[in-house]
Amino acid sequence: MQREDITKLANLARIELTDQELDSYGTELSQIVAYVSTVSEIAADEADTTPMVGARYNVLRPDAVTNEPDQFTEAILREMPQVNGRSMVVKKILKTE
Amino acid sequence: MKTISELVAGFTDGSYTPTEAVTDYLAAIKTKDAEVHAFLATYEAEALAAASAATDAYAAGNTAHKPLLGVPLAIKNNILIKDHIATGASKILEHYTAIYDATIIERLRAAGAIFIGSTNMDEFAMGGSTENSAFGPTHNPHDLTRVPGGSSGGSAAAVAANMVPAAIGTDTGGSVRQPASYCGLVGYKPTYGAVSRYGLMAMGSSLDQAGPLTHSVADAKLLHDVMSGVDAMDGTTITADTYPEVPIKATYTFGVPRSFMTDGVDTDVLGAFEAHIETLKAAGHKVVDIELPLFEQGLAAYYIVMPAEVSSNLARYDGIRYGHSVDGKDLLEVYEKSRAEGFGAEVKRRILLGTHVLSSGYYDAYYGKAEIVRRKMRQELVETFKTVDMILMPTAPTPAFAIGEQADPLSMYRQDIFTVPVNLTGVPAISFPMGTVEREGSRLPVGVQYIAPHAGDERLFDAGVKIYDTSLSPR
Repeated sequence: MQREDITKLANLARIELTDQELDSYGTELSQIVAYVSTVSEIAADEADTTPMVGARYNVLRPDAVTNEPDQFTEAILREMPQVNGRSMVVKKILKTE
Repeated sequence: MKTISELVAGFTDGSYTPTEAVTDYLAAIKTKDAEVHAFLATYEAEALAAASAATDAYAAGNTAHKPLLGVPLAIKNNILIKDHIATGASKILEHYTAIYDATIIERLRAAGAIFIGSTNMDEFAMGGSTENSAFGPTHNPHDLTRVPGGSSGGSAAAVAANMVPAAIGTDTGGSVRQPASYCGLVGYKPTYGAVSRYGLMAMGSSLDQAGPLTHSVADAKLLHDVMSGVDAMDGTTITADTYPEVPIKATYTFGVPRSFMTDGVDTDVLGAFEAHIETLKAAGHKVVDIELPLFEQGLAAYYIVMPAEVSSNLARYDGIRYGHSVDGKDLLEVYEKSRAEGFGAEVKRRILLGTHVLSSGYYDAYYGKAEIVRRKMRQELVETFKTVDMILMPTAPTPAFAIGEQADPLSMYRQDIFTVPVNLTGVPAISFPMGTVEREGSRLPVGVQYIAPHAGDERLFDAGVKIYDTSLSPR
């Protein structure tokens, strides 16, 4: 993988990488991707038709609140990097002229 | 060294008390853990208070429905214990306090267990050596220059050094079984869905299961029986009807995939494995050769499915709602800088790999194909279990390696070759010691792995008790 490929992945993954990381991940990911590509040989002529073994089903529950009001609020607020009263502070995402 | 069963027997007849036990184990941690570094935190005051209450309960005879009353346990630090720091051995959660108990913690607590501390691990359970911890590596008690395995290396080392009688880990691709092999312990990976994942830090959600690390198979069963069962908070937990019943038998037929055990498998490990086959035969079990061509190629599919799930699951660590946060000029920069500082090299590597295999234009070639391979592997297992009761193979291709020895990611990944197919297919497996090999003057334990059909947990415990607890165990 080229440096620009890794840059693109890092942007998608929301991770800032150093120049050194861009180089080392380029080499390592190329090797790993070459290795895992063997799956396309194993499943080369397969349409996705192999029957599923084991159950896969939806699990539903009543759409009802199960917590007490404020049961976790204080604890959750304590973990937030920046709060204003009972609100979490985040960067503005809309630009105003 | 004491098993849980021996501790409980002592507590019951009054020859030993939970307070004495917790005091002794805390003292052992103080003496040994400076060298081993198995623990990230100990809960001394809380453990002693719980021990005192348990001691009183034994004196008063209040032990009903508490099979673990007064038993100290160490818990891998990716499992939430309310009001305790849960780091996942990552800098991004260095100061994160859990706000609720994981279901397994709730169940262990209700059964009377005492949590003595949290254990080191590879960051977010990614690794096979515990070298990927943001808080420094754990050392193997059998040889301090070597790794304890991983990712549940702290849990394994804590039990192996007798700093605790048993510990809980998580297994996504072998993270309980491989450290059990390296540290000379019993390690158990349940059928996928047997144990609730609620309150575990998600790594590969379709692969993760929590399991015990113990000195005996009976202890592993005891802990598993407490932790397992349907949980409304985890929709993937299974019921007794999910899979056909897997009966226990007087003697078993084991299948050995011979062609799987050639490249890169240590000669001494193979020697110990052949000796184990002879032990099984002498005990009246049958051992036959089998072919598992797809199972053998599972590692490639695993390193697609797992990073894909990792990249999705770890998107939640963004510096906004909790965890390490770095200021930036805009929201995007907060994400990018927080994750850059908070994650270690292996976690970043797997997130990038997962992002690649899920990205537009590559999804079908990688993730889609890997899921097909996974399904074919399950089908292959169904056919195999028509003729054999269990599959038999070494747990890991080598004994514990030296700290710093495996520098190349791909060669580290190959250590998982025998364990990952089990997680990909969701079947249960147990590892226990099959012998030792000598390396540079150290006797290093190596483990054997038994794999059963889905819901074959009881069969594995039955075989393990018969073969390990009653004959092979050094006790």
